[in-house]
Amino acid sequence: MPDYTGQTVVSPIGMPPSRAGAWLHRFANPGRFQRLVQPVLPFLAAFAFVVTVTGLVWGFFFAPADWQQGIASRIMYVHIPAAWVAMNGYAALAICSLLSIVWRHPLADIAAKEIGPVGAGFTALCLISGSLWGRPEWGTYWVWDARLTSVLILLFLYLGHMALIRAFDNPQHGYRAAAILGLVGAVNLPIIVFSVYWWNTLHQGNSISVTGPSKIYITMLYPLIISTVGFYLAFAAMSLGRISSGIMENRARSLLLAQAERGGA
Amino acid sequence: MMSRKQRRLWLVIACGIGVSSATALMLVAFRSSLSFFLSPNEVLVKHPSPGMVFRLGGVVQADTVVMGTRDNKPYTTFRITDGQASIPVVYTGILPGLFRQGQGVVTIGAMTKGDREFVADTVLAKHGASYMPADVEQALRKAGKWNPKFGPAPNAATWDDKSPRTIEADNNG
Repeated sequence: MPDYTGQTVVSPIGMPPSRAGAWLHRFANPGRFQRLVQPVLPFLAAFAFVVTVTGLVWGFFFAPADWQQGIASRIMYVHIPAAWVAMNGYAALAICSLLSIVWRHPLADIAAKEIGPVGAGFTALCLISGSLWGRPEWGTYWVWDARLTSVLILLFLYLGHMALIRAFDNPQHGYRAAAILGLVGAVNLPIIVFSVYWWNTLHQGNSISVTGPSKIYITMLYPLIISTVGFYLAFAAMSLGRISSGIMENRARSLLLAQAERGGA
Repeated sequence: MMSRKQRRLWLVIACGIGVSSATALMLVAFRSSLSFFLSPNEVLVKHPSPGMVFRLGGVVQADTVVMGTRDNKPYTTFRITDGQASIPVVYTGILPGLFRQGQGVVTIGAMTKGDREFVADTVLAKHGASYMPADVEQALRKAGKWNPKFGPAPNAATWDDKSPRTIEADNNG
């Protein structure tokens, strides 16, 4: 009989947790996750919306335009945050995959499944906004240079992961297979970051530097930072919301299964 | 005796090392074809045969741009430089908005016989990483710290948080 948390469906572990396992499994309980996340979620979503809108309005209407790119330079307030969230979203997916493969972490399985579409959305936003910027500035929507190609591969990794994790009748098989894809795909992340330094690319190098001076004028940098924080919050809100409803979905399915078993017996 | 979790963890680490070194070797092996363009210096070293299409990239050399029309089409000649070598380029067509002296560009085309010039059928502008308001650019220009004609913007620390007035005043003081 599945309990309130739906544990019997998502937890295949038949052994007592080790010391590290005990610590990890404190956070693996979907019931505890729901109790922590559900009260916070509406506020997180509202906060993400306000911060993103502040950053974008500031960037689009109040920050100065670049001296030679003109108004098209404002696309960066969408493009750069979307690119960062796309990459770090995949890093989160890879960490979930590791937790899933090694520790059979049931919440990580659901998280990997639900982060995928959100990350894919941000990657698509990054590619589309970059392409719209490229037409007036470079003179082309698309070139096959190392940066653009590796980000396109990131989108395909997200889409492949989304398809694979849902491709099996037994969800556990999907989680295992997709976790391997998620981990192997992580090799693409350093390639995206360093592509503009390892090879000649049409794409420019990084404008923002954590260690040195940034190549963005300060009145353009502030709205960029705010819209980046907004995008990260939006990613968190969307992912947590999807994970939360994913847990509910599993719970409903296990209840239906139990009902069917009772009816059949 | 390792637990099943430890065994899985070591397996993942081993696979991770394997996959990353395989990728690294592959990237090193395909190094030359992963670069989007050749610089003028590389062209002089590698000598692509005449008529072979490749991408030539670099900076539009100052005071080498000549524009005109031929058969009612805009016609431009300029030199692309990487600081070490420079190659004359001929292009017929409309240039991208960012094209100017000192701007990074990538052109697609082929060398003519005898390595005389590069005939481009596409010119793409390569934008730099700096984002600068117009008044800051003007101030740097007035202060004699940067003329966009001669290449990329100066060290960002000298302008990224200075007001245009400070930039000009620094010069006078």
